[in-house]
Amino acid sequence: MPGFITNYLDKTVQMTPGQYGSPFWALVYILVVFGGVSLAVVCMNWLERKILAHMQVRLGPMRVGPHGLLQPIADALKLILKEDIVPEGADSFVFLLAPVIILLAVFSVYCVIPFGPTHAITDMNIGILFMLGVSSLGVLGIVMAGWASNSHYPLIGALRSSAQMVSYEIAMGLAVVSAVLMTSLNDSGTGTLSMIDIVKAQNAQHVWFVFKFFPLGLIAFFIFAVAMVAETNRAPFDLPEAESELTAGFHTEYSGLRWSLFMLGEYAAMIAVSSIAITLWLGGWMRPFPNALGGPNWDLAFSLFPALTFFGLAAMTFYSTMRMPKHAYFRIQTIGLGAFGALFALIGLILLVPPVRDRVQDVYWFIAKIAVFLYLYIWYRGTFPRYRFDQLMKVGWKVLLPMGIGVLMLTGIVGLRTEIWDFLQRLVHV
Amino acid sequence: MTDPNSSVSHLDLEESKHTFLDANELVINMGPQHPATHGVLRVILRLDGEKVMGLECVIGYLHRGVEKIAEHRTYTMFNPYVDRMDYVAAVSNGLGYCEAVEKLLNVEAPPRANYIRVILTELNRLASHQLWLGTHALDIGAMTPLFYTFRDREEILKIFEKYCGARLTTHAFRIGGCQYETYEGFEKDVKKFLAFVAPKIDEYEELLTTNRIWVERTKNVGTISAQDCIALGVTGPVLRASGVKWDLRKAQPYANYKLFDFEIPTGENGDTYDRYLVRMAEMRQSLHIIQQAVEGIPEGPIMAKVSKVIKPPVGEIYHSIEAPKGELGYYIVSDGSTQPYRIRVRPPSFVNLQALDLMCRGQLVADVIAVIGTLDIVLGEVDR
Repeated sequence: MPGFITNYLDKTVQMTPGQYGSPFWALVYILVVFGGVSLAVVCMNWLERKILAHMQVRLGPMRVGPHGLLQPIADALKLILKEDIVPEGADSFVFLLAPVIILLAVFSVYCVIPFGPTHAITDMNIGILFMLGVSSLGVLGIVMAGWASNSHYPLIGALRSSAQMVSYEIAMGLAVVSAVLMTSLNDSGTGTLSMIDIVKAQNAQHVWFVFKFFPLGLIAFFIFAVAMVAETNRAPFDLPEAESELTAGFHTEYSGLRWSLFMLGEYAAMIAVSSIAITLWLGGWMRPFPNALGGPNWDLAFSLFPALTFFGLAAMTFYSTMRMPKHAYFRIQTIGLGAFGALFALIGLILLVPPVRDRVQDVYWFIAKIAVFLYLYIWYRGTFPRYRFDQLMKVGWKVLLPMGIGVLMLTGIVGLRTEIWDFLQRLVHV
Repeated sequence: MTDPNSSVSHLDLEESKHTFLDANELVINMGPQHPATHGVLRVILRLDGEKVMGLECVIGYLHRGVEKIAEHRTYTMFNPYVDRMDYVAAVSNGLGYCEAVEKLLNVEAPPRANYIRVILTELNRLASHQLWLGTHALDIGAMTPLFYTFRDREEILKIFEKYCGARLTTHAFRIGGCQYETYEGFEKDVKKFLAFVAPKIDEYEELLTTNRIWVERTKNVGTISAQDCIALGVTGPVLRASGVKWDLRKAQPYANYKLFDFEIPTGENGDTYDRYLVRMAEMRQSLHIIQQAVEGIPEGPIMAKVSKVIKPPVGEIYHSIEAPKGELGYYIVSDGSTQPYRIRVRPPSFVNLQALDLMCRGQLVADVIAVIGTLDIVLGEVDR
């Protein structure tokens, strides 16, 4: 095998391909992340429809494939085959460019997201700044889409969206800064902006930042959790695409593949901001309860989780297979569902093999945490009405922003309490 | 605007010159195809940014000439047509029409028929309010209540279907009483439904009443004072939410409503939240009325003595009932023939819709949606 492939696979290399300087592996990682995120969006699409449906006492998609499993594929096919309409009065160049910009902004964020200590495309020393900067570029795409459509509803949607994203980014940034500040409150006193090092700092300090300086970390996390819903334009902050008011907001005039790019961008952004929240506050790729349930035995127990998850999925699938109608018409679907369950079981078995088991640990926990966030997103959508624009702004500027500043200052004060105390004592003695 | 339809504008155009920072006002055409206009209502909004400076409703997209049709039908033949006006409360429409003709004929429905009428009408009020709640909540962005209310409304429609075979446009009543005797187990079904739906109403309230976002979206939105309501002729829950205790079931009892004990829920502020509370309370009152009716339902005939060919004496009559949306009135002029000379319907939705402009001025676009929802209009009734 050529050296540029094997070098990076060396077990002693504890770096991301970006740091290692291996373009080949960086490309592989990029493709894996891009493909994985796209796949996750497809799964999320199906899951959202199913979970939302079950919350709303209905079944959701049931027709295409068993339990509607092939529905996202059917949808994607339909969207690809649809005519790509550019409205007559639209600025066609900007109109066609806008979805690409949104997608570019969202997927660039994935460059720095650490799925594991070595499982990131690259690790920048300004990772979190890069993330904040690039993800705000998405607004540009939305404004361009709204403006170029040359139509009232998209314009209002775009204006709402840009105002909303810009104002929530400030609260979000303050919350992020307080988490970054926490990284510097260790023995050596050096902080970091690198996403991987932020997780490592949580590891070194033996605490997830959400629990650090309780409740300060929790409040900062809460601010971020609210701001990230607003940032991704999801319910209850989905005013830019409030279908009851603006039909579809900034993408009203889009159709077919370009519309699906917006959707892809939206869902990918949800995953991106969730993973940022996880990196900053929830210990990134680390497994839960490393302190309380520490030791090699617990490590082994927790390392079985990936396999158990897949066995659980397989069991669910097999159960559903058994409950499929016995009619001959459903035979192919039943076989397909059974095969799907077998695939899950097979993956579960592979995940039991010790070398695999140890390597997928970090990625598994990261993805599991993302899944929790995505479930929350769906849950919000099923529960909350939509905020009005002025109320949204009020929450952003009058609640989250002061809270963010307060938390930031308090984090600094609590973190440096010994130094401040010393300083005050010296003042008194002089 | 060069739209020929908008040339009928009666809005004060002077006002539009003073936009914030002298920005250009934005004219937005909401509807007739729009997810939140509850059918084919077209609203021309004049916006200053997101603030509504004025609006104008363009109606008539669902006009079927129901009143004109009446002039070419016999009294009996016209009866099913009224169901198509407010199609979510078809039973109420039928009740109003039948009672108006009965008043003209000077006959009275037998007691058992009246009990059946009250039960079905109140069930229909409940169904109408459930549909209102679901769509109103959906407009404000809460998706889930819609499915809950439709699930429970289904039970009412099942009772209708069992009773007369139709679910929506029921044509349940006839001039002089009811055509159909109740089916076997009707009382049991209704009682079962009452026990089923009471906790469900709590469930809707649990989702919305204390929900912070819901309260913020509806409090002080679309406020209308009692004086304005009366001046515009607004009736029904909208009027009651403004603090006027006016319910035709109490004020001029029809059918046999005076036999039943129930409250008239009223609000104080006349805002969207109060209208929501009033309608929720009305749902509970309806349950209370149905409970009493189904327990006290007497035996006896269900049809008064009415000749096969209905030929009322020359004269005119106005009869109104409390439909779920407000005062539903029928003004019938008879020339002594088998066909009405003229029928004029006073639909509550049409009159209530007039208040939209007043309620929306100075509010935001999102509030327009909330106010259209809270007015609980049905375009079939507005346009007739």
